Amino acid sequence: MWTVWTVWMVWMVCLVPTTSEALCTEDDGYKVRLSIKTALGGDAYEWNESEMFFFKATLAFAMRTYSGGEQYDVSNILVCDETLRVSFVFVVTKPSNTSELVPRTEVENAIKKSRHRINSAFLLTDQTLDFVGINPTLAAPIQYDTPPWLIAFGVVMGLVCAGIVALLVSTFLNKKRSKKSADEEEAGRGNGILCESIRGKDGLFNQGLVDDDRLTKL
Amino acid sequence: MGWSTKLKLPNPGLDERILSHAQLEKLEVEEAGERPKWDNKAQYMLTCVGFCVGLGNVWRFPYLCQSHGGGAFMIPFLILLVLEGIPLLHLEFAIGQRLRKGSMDVWRTINPYMMGVGLASMCVSLLVSLYYNTIIAWVLWYFFNSFQEPLPWSQCPVNANRSGFEQECERSSPVDYFWYRKTLNITTDIDQTGGLQWWMVLCLISAWAVLYVCCIRGIETTGKAVYVTSTLPYVVLTIFLIRGLTLKGSVSGLVFLFTPDLNELANPATWLDAGAQVFYSFSLAFGGLISFSSYNSIHNNCEQDAVIISIINAFTSVFAATVIYTIIGFRATQRFDDCLGGNILTLLNTFDLPEGNITESNYDLALESLNATNPDIVNRLNLQTCDLNTFLTEGVEGTGLAFIVFTEAITKMPLAPLWSVLFFVMLFCLGLSSMFGNIEGVLTPLQDLKIFPKSWTKEAISGVTCLLCCCIGLIFVQGSGNYWLALFDSFAGSIPLLITGFCEMVGVVYVYGMDRFNEDLVFMIGHKPNIFWQATWRVISPLIMLVIFLFYFVTTISKEFFYIAWDPESAKFPTLEQKPYPTWIYVIIFILAGIPSLAVPGAAIFRALWKRCCKI
Repeated sequence: MWTVWTVWMVWMVCLVPTTSEALCTEDDGYKVRLSIKTALGGDAYEWNESEMFFFKATLAFAMRTYSGGEQYDVSNILVCDETLRVSFVFVVTKPSNTSELVPRTEVENAIKKSRHRINSAFLLTDQTLDFVGINPTLAAPIQYDTPPWLIAFGVVMGLVCAGIVALLVSTFLNKKRSKKSADEEEAGRGNGILCESIRGKDGLFNQGLVDDDRLTKL
Repeated sequence: MGWSTKLKLPNPGLDERILSHAQLEKLEVEEAGERPKWDNKAQYMLTCVGFCVGLGNVWRFPYLCQSHGGGAFMIPFLILLVLEGIPLLHLEFAIGQRLRKGSMDVWRTINPYMMGVGLASMCVSLLVSLYYNTIIAWVLWYFFNSFQEPLPWSQCPVNANRSGFEQECERSSPVDYFWYRKTLNITTDIDQTGGLQWWMVLCLISAWAVLYVCCIRGIETTGKAVYVTSTLPYVVLTIFLIRGLTLKGSVSGLVFLFTPDLNELANPATWLDAGAQVFYSFSLAFGGLISFSSYNSIHNNCEQDAVIISIINAFTSVFAATVIYTIIGFRATQRFDDCLGGNILTLLNTFDLPEGNITESNYDLALESLNATNPDIVNRLNLQTCDLNTFLTEGVEGTGLAFIVFTEAITKMPLAPLWSVLFFVMLFCLGLSSMFGNIEGVLTPLQDLKIFPKSWTKEAISGVTCLLCCCIGLIFVQGSGNYWLALFDSFAGSIPLLITGFCEMVGVVYVYGMDRFNEDLVFMIGHKPNIFWQATWRVISPLIMLVIFLFYFVTTISKEFFYIAWDPESAKFPTLEQKPYPTWIYVIIFILAGIPSLAVPGAAIFRALWKRCCKI
């Protein structure tokens, strides 16, 4: 009895890792690439065992959120093919049966739903935390009630129209004013010579006393 | 000089048509006469500088400089500036100031048979005004769109189901898409009109409205507007220079621009382009400069003005080229970095190497070693070749420079909306101040021809003219508008101007008479123009004009008539596709180039026939 149990334990211990290795393939899971140095530059953190544990925990969280409470745990996330690039492949096993995989589409939907949370956990973006095969959903374009260009257009046209109206009105007023003063001058005409024209001139204009400086100064 | 009097053409009745020196003196002193006057000299200088300095200084000169041997291009440019630009400028200033009439009346006064020259000037000014203001409308559209973050041309719009970007944008680039689709909504060829684009119609109306408010009372209002429109571009250029020099890669742009290639001097196309650039850059033969100087006082030193304005124009060209190329160097460096970064990422991902193993500095070495070990994998990757020089030479003239290349560079700068607003305000001021001169070249001849009734005020005349031009300008805001604009630009603003410029020189020197002209200059500025002016006016400048005109004419006639179109269905998209013009275009080309050119001899022939038939 005891021998049977030992054999069975040895068999389990040897098989489980190989089973999990057999489960973890890129066809059944997803390849992840992290570009930490590109994203954070000098503040980049080192990728180590703890970070990998954190990643598994985040994925488990995403699966829990998507499935509505199913008890996904860190042990349900299997990781393999780790490289120095910081890329690896992961698959998700069902919490009820660790030798069965969650279908790819479900994993994809779960990640898409919590993508922003996953990104923020690692201080990365859609481009620097790359799930190969899962395209990020693009942000909705900003919708304006009034396009900003119409507002700018309205302001400029308003100023221009105000300017045109002001100038036309001032021309009209000037004309009225000059017409009125012309009527007044008509009354004040003596022998045909307007008083204003004589006022400025004292006597004959002597050409010989013209200013020497003929060149207009700048 | 004895030989000059022999070369004068007979011109009876000239003395009756012009005011004598004594009459001019009297007019000046008594300040009588209804001709408008400049408030001060600064207004006149700023208006002329504004007319000469235009969009061409910003987007044509830097391209010519870079494509014709960089720093070496300065040599033909400066030589032709001195031999062609300054003499013609001085001539136009002097004749306008002496005869105190607008461009149409000046030629009618010199000799009634020369009225065709005035007509040609007016036609060219009108045709150029029509399409030039459309460019200003485009500038306004970009200006209005600059008041948002992020700028609308910085990213592609998402498609209907948010799975990716718009196809057309994805295949070209966000700036291309915004220009060709969102601004122009361009059709695939010139036959398809595409209908009026309402947003561009609004911008066109605002462009003409702004022009109207500045020209409403002639130089009374224009003279005030130029204080802003002529000085603001320099302020903005300085700001951009400082900003540009602090950007990464700006110096490579400057090196690229100014590196001289003296072999280009042996290329006749270099000299031809330099001559054409000098001529068009000075806005000669439009008639606007003659009108502007006719409002001067009789003893204004036009010789000094011509030299000063020429120097300012040349300086502005070089200054603008410097600024533009710092920004282009920055953009090219950004593109190069992106290209290289993309290649590095591909290599890292394929070979699973840790980040930082391949950087820009060791990229070549790393690629070599990887190619040695795994050549087939590397070949399959299809890595792009990244060459900084290729990025520096990319399509950088005309509207392509302003609305595609420069806008892209702006999106990569921090505080992009601010730089965008500044840039388009600068372009707007440059264009508007040139429009003042163009419109002057249209309004003054219209008044001289007495087309409008005498009772109409200046405001009404300029209003009606602006309204009519706006309506005709609607052809440029349809879907195919850009193709029409390119057509107008190539044919209306080139050959007729060269002919008119040549006839101006010949008319003043040989019909008006060089002796009389010299005496006028003695009267106006106090000394006889020296041997330099005599030589250039009589022989050198007309000869240069003739050579440029013949070259232009021959190249235009002999080249194939193609236009470049934006066609998303073409195989080479996003490269613009060359398409032949339809046959009915030749009628349009004849109207644009032929009618103003033929007006010069045509008016003379018409007058001769009319006199003969009246005598009978």
